[in-house]
Amino acid sequence: MTKSFGALKALQDVDFTLGDGEIHALLGENGAGKSTLIKVVTGVFARDAGSVRLADREIAPRSAKDAVDAGIATVYQEVNLLPNLSVAQNLYLGRQPTRFGVVREAEMRRRAHALLLDYGLDIDVGAPLGTYSVAVQHITAIARAVDLSARVLILDEPTASLDRHEVEILFRVMRKLAADGIGIVFVSHFLDQVYEICNRVTVLRNGRLIGTREITDLPRLDLIRMMLGRELAETTDERAVSQPDTARELCVSFKGYGKQGYLVPFDLELRRGEVVGLAGLLGSGRTETARLVFGAERADSGEATVDGKAIRLNSPRDAARLGFGYCPEERKTEGIVADLTVRENIVLALQARRGLHRPLSRREQDEIAMRYIRMLDIRPPDPERPIGLLSGGNQQKALLARWLATSPKLLVLDEPTRGIDVGAHAEIIRLVRELCEQGLALLVISSELDEIVTYSNRVIVLRDRAHVEELKGEAVEVSSILAAIAADGEPVHEAAS
Amino acid sequence: MTLRIPRRGLAQAFALIVILMIDRAVSPQFFNLHLQDGRLFGSVIDVLNRGTPVALLSLGMVLVIATGGIDLSVGAVMAIAGATAASLADTHSLPVVIASALGVGLVCGLWNGILVAVLRIQPIVATLILMVAGRGIAQLITEGRIVTFSSPDLVWMGNGAVFGLPMPIVIATGMLLVTAAVVRGTALGLLIEATGGNARASELSGVGTRAMILSVYVWCGLCASLAGVIAAADIMGADANNAGLWLELDAILAVVIGGTSLFGGRFSLVLAVAGALIIQAMNTGILLSGYPPELNLLVKAVVVLAVLLAQSPRLGDLSRFTARWRRTKP
Repeated sequence: MTKSFGALKALQDVDFTLGDGEIHALLGENGAGKSTLIKVVTGVFARDAGSVRLADREIAPRSAKDAVDAGIATVYQEVNLLPNLSVAQNLYLGRQPTRFGVVREAEMRRRAHALLLDYGLDIDVGAPLGTYSVAVQHITAIARAVDLSARVLILDEPTASLDRHEVEILFRVMRKLAADGIGIVFVSHFLDQVYEICNRVTVLRNGRLIGTREITDLPRLDLIRMMLGRELAETTDERAVSQPDTARELCVSFKGYGKQGYLVPFDLELRRGEVVGLAGLLGSGRTETARLVFGAERADSGEATVDGKAIRLNSPRDAARLGFGYCPEERKTEGIVADLTVRENIVLALQARRGLHRPLSRREQDEIAMRYIRMLDIRPPDPERPIGLLSGGNQQKALLARWLATSPKLLVLDEPTRGIDVGAHAEIIRLVRELCEQGLALLVISSELDEIVTYSNRVIVLRDRAHVEELKGEAVEVSSILAAIAADGEPVHEAAS
Repeated sequence: MTLRIPRRGLAQAFALIVILMIDRAVSPQFFNLHLQDGRLFGSVIDVLNRGTPVALLSLGMVLVIATGGIDLSVGAVMAIAGATAASLADTHSLPVVIASALGVGLVCGLWNGILVAVLRIQPIVATLILMVAGRGIAQLITEGRIVTFSSPDLVWMGNGAVFGLPMPIVIATGMLLVTAAVVRGTALGLLIEATGGNARASELSGVGTRAMILSVYVWCGLCASLAGVIAAADIMGADANNAGLWLELDAILAVVIGGTSLFGGRFSLVLAVAGALIIQAMNTGILLSGYPPELNLLVKAVVVLAVLLAQSPRLGDLSRFTARWRRTKP
């Protein structure tokens, strides 16, 4: 199965088989190709090559409806039902039992109630769906999908917003369906859950199939290695520049910084000229740390200091004034302003910091834009081109330029090399190193462990929304990071609260 | 900016010229001017003069739309400001009258801005509130009557002239220059375009998007109140029911004709004003031609359709596609 978007191969020669009554986990980091695979199978995207077979018949769904008709049902993380209609109406929407063209409400409710009893739910099906918990909504969505004669059920991150008890209920339903012979694809980034419920697991990385294994033969460490893996051999030979040096000047520090239900309080010290890497699986709290550090989320505990002075960090604006910069992972939606030119995108943060009444003249803007276009080799070197027309790597460089122009103290980079071709990738890593040598403090998030190891002086490992371990010096190795991610049990480094 | 407008404004300049030529065809004296009592008269002057309320509204509206918002209340704000000015005109001096009317507009704009920027209500709903309530407020001020006045100072605002140019034209031109100075002379323009282009990204770049949004609604209220004063001065009275009625739609149309996308982002003040003049040139042309004025609405509808088609993302994709195709084929 192959699917490309422009020059980027989102899915390359991926094979995937699902047996009757099997619960099969589909794993991979952001951008690994999980959603693309699902969308191709369910007909949302057309595939470029390959085939889909259901039982012994080849199917070629051209739309989501085709896929449902063929027997492939999908329930997404965000339930696609109507919260304002009753549970029964949601279950039978579009196929209500009627008599003389009138919906038989009582009959529909009776059937709905019976149907949900099968799933272990005894609820008032006349009440609006929106009044029930997310778990009930999920089960309703599953019940509807299965009742539409599904043979294959795809569950995309179904447990992301469920609590422990609700997950139990959902798992019971999944086991029952599997026992009835329905094949289930389970997409999740909670490895515990994968081990608990799945029979087999398939791992994708960068649009490629890494492998399909029986879960019982697969130690956790191997699974994580499959997900994060080794790649980019060309950057791994040159190891981190210098060893950590506590004599470096302390720049920014956080103590017991956290937010209820978002991230467990953490301590973090960032020194000038030092790169701190954040490693962990998707959803482990890496991006959450970045957003707290940059004030994009407001912390509800702990304190932050810059150069020894306590600071207020309630908004990105506060952070930018303090000399912080942040290149978010979602480049398109949170980074670039696509319609504006490269020049305007580069000067944006600097201008915002200078304030309205001190506009940069057009000449100053041109100068700044050209300086960074040359320094970072942004292509094409045309400051007046709308940034949306540039390639991902060049957009990323322009975003770096946006913050470099403000001469920041601290730069937070969230997946700076995501979705970027290999050439630009190596260049960005080179830039990260240079910046650090110039005395900038850097906090870098990446799921490419080799990359993190290459430039980090220290690596903080996150698990389950908490900072669990800090690796320094010689200990900064892919294997030790993998071990820390896979380790089970209590967090090693619990913040004082 | 000086380089950008001519390139971007070609379509609007072309449309304006075509419409003026059609006007000239239906009314041969269209371009004739004559001076009488120190004031220029003629159809072209009439287009400019009648076009000022919408031009003023569009100056505020274009900034609001550039942030991705919309302000439906400007017509109602005109009525409130007109009523305020008319009821004070015969008892207070001109500066007091104008300051009060503009102050009222400022408060109206602040109200809209707070609803949108602070309380995060959708702009179309938030400004609908004042659109409906505003007429009521205006009627309360005029106590349900049509308030007339005779203060020569205020009348001069509508009918006077400076160097032969009617006052409304002078005021609108002045307002265009002031707005341009405020928006392009400071960093406001860039930050507004960034906010409208991608509010999340702007926020994360340290732009005070809330302040940007608040300020454009305040400016829009200010422009609308100025338009209201001129409209009241023109008819020497305030009609709370009809002053500025439906003009919010003309202002939005002017902005859209001026090439600013309703999704926000890039904007041009000059082209928005050009849009207002295009609309007025059509209105005047139909009146001069002797066709029933009802036709006006139909013609406007056709123009809207043409502009929206030209801006539709689908068509945009098509043209971008062909452009790329042309580039890849040297």
